[in-house]
Order: sequence, then C-alpha cells, then structure tokens
Amino acid sequence: MIVGITARAAGTDAPVEQRFGRAPYFVFVDTETGKAESIENPLVDAAGGVGPRAVQMFSEHGATVVITGQVGGNAARALEMGGIKAYAYRGSGSVADALAEYTAGNLQLLPLA
Amino acid sequence: MKIAIASGKGGTGKSTVAANLACTLSRSREVVLVDCDVEEPNLHLFFPGSAEDVPVTTPVPEIDPARCNFCGECGKFCRFGALSVLKDRVILFPELCHSCGGCSLVCPQGAIKEVPRTIGRVACSCPLPSLTLVSGVLNEGEVMAPTVIRVAKLLAEGHPLILYDASPGIACPVIETLEGVDACILVTESTPFGLHDLRLAAEVVESTGIPAGVVINRSDGRDEETLEFCRERGLPILMTIPFSREIAAVQNRGGLICRDLPGWEERFADLFEAVVKVVGVSP
Repeated sequence: MIVGITARAAGTDAPVEQRFGRAPYFVFVDTETGKAESIENPLVDAAGGVGPRAVQMFSEHGATVVITGQVGGNAARALEMGGIKAYAYRGSGSVADALAEYTAGNLQLLPLA
Repeated sequence: MKIAIASGKGGTGKSTVAANLACTLSRSREVVLVDCDVEEPNLHLFFPGSAEDVPVTTPVPEIDPARCNFCGECGKFCRFGALSVLKDRVILFPELCHSCGGCSLVCPQGAIKEVPRTIGRVACSCPLPSLTLVSGVLNEGEVMAPTVIRVAKLLAEGHPLILYDASPGIACPVIETLEGVDACILVTESTPFGLHDLRLAAEVVESTGIPAGVVINRSDGRDEETLEFCRERGLPILMTIPFSREIAAVQNRGGLICRDLPGWEERFADLFEAVVKVVGVSP
C-alpha cells in the first residue's frame, strides 16, 4: 500500500505540512517495502484549483491513503470519489512519525463529505 | 458614446454617479445603463421595474466515457483544477473552469467536448421612458464575472449613449468593463483610502489610454491631496459632491438626488458636458 504524506521538505525526516494542496513536498511511502519517494509540489504558488490537481498527483503515484493536516472542499470531493482515504495528523513530528501514528491506528479519518 | 464609471475603492459612489447621470440624461435622450458590477449589481434598486432575463452560459468540458482512457493530460494541463483524473474516473469541477478549451485540445483521445453551463443572467428593463437598464448577474459561487460583463455589454451594443457602472477594484471585471469605452469617470472620496485606490485605478485607466476625469464624492472641502494628485496626473476634476446629510438621506432610501434635490439634475448634466470635453469629440 502506498501512503502519501504532505511535507515541508523531501524525505521521511521532513516535518509534516498541515496544508494539503500547497504542501511543498509530497512523500510517498510504500508500506510493504518501506521505500519512500519525495516529489516537489509544483502547485505551491499556483493561483487556485490546487486541491483537485494535488489529488490527481496522489492518484498517479498510486496512493490509497493520504496523511495531512486538513483538506479543502474540492480536494475532499476528489479524494472521496477516488476512494482515497485521508487521515489527519496535527502533530509537529516528521513524515516517519506520522506514518508510525497511522500504522498504530492513532490517526482519525478526515471528514470528506 | 460609451462612458465607464470606475473607482478602485468600493463605496465611493460609482453607482450613485452612474444612476444620477443616467436618470438626468434620459430626460433629453435615449440612455442605456449597464450594471457591470455583476457580483453585487444594485442599480436596479434605484430603478425598480420588471425585467426580462437572458441566461449567460460558458463552455465547460464533458468527457466521453467511451473514449477516455484516464491518461491525465487534461488534468495536468488545466491550471484551474477543473478536472481531476483518477485511476478509473475523471472528476469535473465546472465552477473552477475558465472555459479556455485547452483540455479538449490536449486530449489525445478526442474524448472531451465543450457543453454550455449557465453561470448567470443579464436582466433587461426599461424603468424610465428613455432609460434601458441592463444588469449583469453572476450566480453565487461562480468566478467568471468577465463572461457575464461581456454579455451584458453585448446586449447594450448599438445604442448611441451607454454608461457602464464598473465593480470596485482593478482586476479582470474592471478591465472587461473598460474594454472599448470612450471615457472613464473615476469616483473617489477624500480619504487616504480613496486616494490610495484612486491612484491604482488611474494607473489602470492610463495604461489603457482611455481619457478620464475624477468625481470627488462626500467632499468635506479639504481635498488638497486628491486635487494635487489629479493635477500631477492631468486628471480633470469633473464634479465635486459635498458631504451632506441631505444627500445621504436621499441616497439611503434608494432615491436619486438629481430627482429629489433641487439643482442636481443641472449638475449631472454639467458632468456629462465635462466628460464630453475630456473625450474631445461631440457625443
């Protein structure tokens, strides 16, 4: 399973970014192999409509789970229709910390509808 | 002749000037007044009456599911996020679409065609014998104000004298309103805020090359800074409306000072003559 996490920098040591579509980086972690791939988000300074476009990027990378702080309305609709689950991480820890919390079952689902 | 009334700052009195100018001119000739403040049109409050609605549509993409293979090109192309391509479906956000048509051009499958979607309407009425009011109305939640403005202006086209009441600000809706006009009246008030935004609006109008002049509204008689700015920029003062409880009272009940207070019909007729002089041609 691939988990996409919004981050302020590349790598699993980077702090988690609370914003979804405007996060500087997306870190995709394959939970079976433990391999992580970091993507610089080209939408950071986009004028608008970042939510649906970010969801398309998560979908392209095969993510079925997203960990972020919060998502906007358009992103929520796209995530829901794409069957991608979004979990809230509101702590100040790293991508690895957020993933550990998720694996331990400590994260709440973000309401998408 | 086509005259736009703009300001930069909101609440300076654009609609007051537009409505009184239109009402005054309609006593002697045919006038069309176009409300281009489509996000919050309110000229109809000065001129109540039954209106005929014309819907405004804009083209948005429709995906042919038989052809789409979810390659994602349209979603990558659209900078407004109007399409999100997932593994097995395309999600459309038509309210984010700016109708550029790019998605249908980049689609390698020819799976996208454009279909009309209603985003607003234009309400046309004849509230006074020689006055036609054309009000653009953008539906709530929509972003394509310029499209509604374009249609409203199109419906007024062909008349010899058209006044356009612009929205506040200096962004796309104002640029769309200024397109093709012969003169612009900039309405300001003598406050630091009024002057700051007048500066912005004057720069925009200057860059379009449209002749312009200034109306100072709610003047307390101490307009030195505004007057100095206008002198520097070569902007003639077309009219000064004093700060007055009497004027505010007429305005606050939706009345027109050119109709309800003595002397103002003449002053708005003079405003028109001053605008004609700014343009430098006969109307």
